[in-house]
Amino acid sequence: MPSITLIVNGAEHKTECASGESLLSVLRSRLGLTGTKYGCGEGQCGACTVLLRGKATRSCRTPAESVAGQKIVTIEGLAANGHLHPLQQAFLDEEALQCGYCTSGMIMSAYSVLLAHPHPSDDEIIQYMDGNVCRCGTYPRIMAAIRRSAQGAKKP
Amino acid sequence: MKHPAPARPADNDLREEQQHAVEPLRHLFDVNRRDLFKLLGAGLVVGVCRPGVFAQESGRGGRSEEIPHDVASWLHIGADGKITVFTGKVEMGQNIRTSLAQQVAEELRTQTNSITMIMGDTDLTPFDLGTFGSRSTPQMGSQLRKVAAVAREMLLDMAAQRWQADRSALVAHDGAITNSRTKESFSYSELTRGQNLVKVVADDSALTPATQWHVAGTSVPKIDGKAFVTGVHKYTSDLARPGMLHGTILRPKAFNATLVSLDAKEAEKLPGIKIVRDGDFVGIVAPDPQTALNARQVLKAEWSAPHQISEAALFDSLRQGTEGEARRGGFGGGRETGSVQTAMASAAKTLSQTYTAAYIQHAPLEPRAAVAEWEGNKLTVWTGTQRPFAVREELSTAFHIPLNQVRVIVPDTGSAYGGKHTGECAVEAARLAKAAGKPVKLVWTREEEFTWAYFRPAGVIDVKSGIAADGTLVAWEFHNYNSGPAGINTPYSVVNQKSEFHPAKNPPLRQGSYRGLAATANHFARESHMDELAHLAGMDPLAFRLKNITDSRLRAVFETAAERFGWGKQKATPTRGFGIAGGFEKGGYLATCAEIAVDRSMGRIKIVRVVQSFDCGAVVNPNGLRNQISGAIVQGIGGALFEAIHFDNGRISNPYFADYRLPRFSDVPQIEVELIDRKDQPSMGAGETPLMGLAPAVAGAIFSATGIRLRSLPLMAKPLPAA
Repeated sequence: MPSITLIVNGAEHKTECASGESLLSVLRSRLGLTGTKYGCGEGQCGACTVLLRGKATRSCRTPAESVAGQKIVTIEGLAANGHLHPLQQAFLDEEALQCGYCTSGMIMSAYSVLLAHPHPSDDEIIQYMDGNVCRCGTYPRIMAAIRRSAQGAKKP
Repeated sequence: MKHPAPARPADNDLREEQQHAVEPLRHLFDVNRRDLFKLLGAGLVVGVCRPGVFAQESGRGGRSEEIPHDVASWLHIGADGKITVFTGKVEMGQNIRTSLAQQVAEELRTQTNSITMIMGDTDLTPFDLGTFGSRSTPQMGSQLRKVAAVAREMLLDMAAQRWQADRSALVAHDGAITNSRTKESFSYSELTRGQNLVKVVADDSALTPATQWHVAGTSVPKIDGKAFVTGVHKYTSDLARPGMLHGTILRPKAFNATLVSLDAKEAEKLPGIKIVRDGDFVGIVAPDPQTALNARQVLKAEWSAPHQISEAALFDSLRQGTEGEARRGGFGGGRETGSVQTAMASAAKTLSQTYTAAYIQHAPLEPRAAVAEWEGNKLTVWTGTQRPFAVREELSTAFHIPLNQVRVIVPDTGSAYGGKHTGECAVEAARLAKAAGKPVKLVWTREEEFTWAYFRPAGVIDVKSGIAADGTLVAWEFHNYNSGPAGINTPYSVVNQKSEFHPAKNPPLRQGSYRGLAATANHFARESHMDELAHLAGMDPLAFRLKNITDSRLRAVFETAAERFGWGKQKATPTRGFGIAGGFEKGGYLATCAEIAVDRSMGRIKIVRVVQSFDCGAVVNPNGLRNQISGAIVQGIGGALFEAIHFDNGRISNPYFADYRLPRFSDVPQIEVELIDRKDQPSMGAGETPLMGLAPAVAGAIFSATGIRLRSLPLMAKPLPAA
């Protein structure tokens, strides 16, 4: 089985990788980073979203070999020194979750909204987030959490 | 289909459990005092059992070795003051881990964060039928309040004894008993240290009234919220065991297919692969999930499948092949009063219409998953299910081992919505683990979940009605074919009425419980029909309903929603419509107003604004409740507008999210929730009923704008015709 090197949350990981294995599968079953979720395997639900070179990416549709050596950030890499990232705190403050299974992917997609638009309009949020599914239907609270987090950010 | 049929009662009394396809098995929580304290540590233990059981068993308990059977929940206060609650209920997003803990904290006069909830573990928690039917709040909630209240009184007794003090001077407050005269105080841990006290009480202790609540009734934040936003929480699909392998199943090409031949030569060449074949079952075990999938890809299988009913023939088949006698009477099973026939004959106007609902799926974002591990003949399975004890039963039967050799543990689960009552994935994982001699994890793919789980039953509903010249409802006849009896009875006042449920003998797809059961389809049919009657009577849809309501709580939700919405203030136009609907189910009253925008050139509608009022008695956690209500409205958009399972000759044609449209951010309207907090009424569940008003309110809004009456769910299966 070939081995590859992934740079995840600032650390280098040398790992085996089966033929055709997705980044999602490597993160979850080889690196033990299970915060990133499987929802559909089609890139349709966003539960598997990670940041690849700063861009929200569906890890279920990304062959692991294709991202060797590139910077990847997962939900486990957002909190720093024991402090929640402002987005994570905003999701808690708005209680923008029910079962929580979509939450990692929502937060990673929201991260990329705020990278592109530090003070996004509702239309901009929807444009970036429409590929993420919350079956419990907490969308209005997720919108509120993103707005709250954006308010906390310094105006450019 | 060959799938096991839902359990049906011998008589006409179709009960809630049976609508959820639950066999009411009784297991005994067989534990004696010594076991109990070995399990829990020293301290104080209080359990509660149902009154009938208590009467039979109250001779035991107390200081004797035996604990009464059929205890529904335990509360333990350890020597360290740690409060642990044991309940068979499970958390899957409905927030009961928090709301149940709040209710315990309330009666124990302490903080929610000092309570630990042990949930859904068949070795640790008492038997529970399952988490469904909106029963956690009214039943488990009140039971836990009772055990906590009894524990508090015992602590007061213990403190009075220690101080030799007048008990009336003692107060339980903030996790301690304080003597209000001397200001001396004992923490709970000081009182329970070294004790081995057990008390089992009947389900009739006095409770703190909601008007005096301090912890219950407030918006306590979700317990463990931090674990979810950091990705730390371990769902079943995230678990790992030492030496664990990964499984996958080769699925038949169609339902009811048999395996004609299998060529596994290529697959077996892959590293570490084991093929498990047993009749038509073919499973694969591999060191990693991708290798398992790669092996499945190169298995060459030939299947033989019989011809099966396709979607086009669905509604005819449901109506024709019913199971003999219709079911009336009893809880949720329909009723008959007066004479519909006579009333129809003398009514000023009559109406007869048919409504349908498609098969839809729960599509929980976490698909079915299980981790199974054998130690000799003892089996442990972690799995996301709403019925851990029923899954234990399934495993025990499947592997011919006693119940006490099976342990089912349910980690907080990535949602279910009624879709996870069964243990098929648990059985498959255990089968693979047994063959492999190692722990095995099995996670269903989305395609498997869409095909091999079960569906909300499709249904046909015929409604016949008559009104007097002044708009009084005088006759009402309602027949539901296949979708179910929940919510079948009208909450409107009508003397001559008849409601019947006709189960289909051979529904083409495997069907089962779904959030709200058939009450969603029955509310859609009833409220749509009420809208049509209002039109027939020349009355406003709200005025027509109010004229026929005698229940004051139902009237209150309609009036509250209408006022907040501004009902009647704006006239419908060809591009803007308004609709209203309401009802009563599972102890909750709701009314929903919807505003829609219509784009006739594209044949599309958009739900712009929804106002929903809801009354489920005394509110336990307002923020959690709002989250449930708003979420139910959003989920309801899918079934109302576009969700439908398509199938053809034993195959699901759209088993992917790409082909099964779910509500997304761009579908969400402005949602306003009006809670009616009835502190004088018992707290009822709220996970299901808030789903039921949206579809009929939107259908009414479409009619008000376009004059087009849509009577089939989903409403937007086809674009609206051009104007």
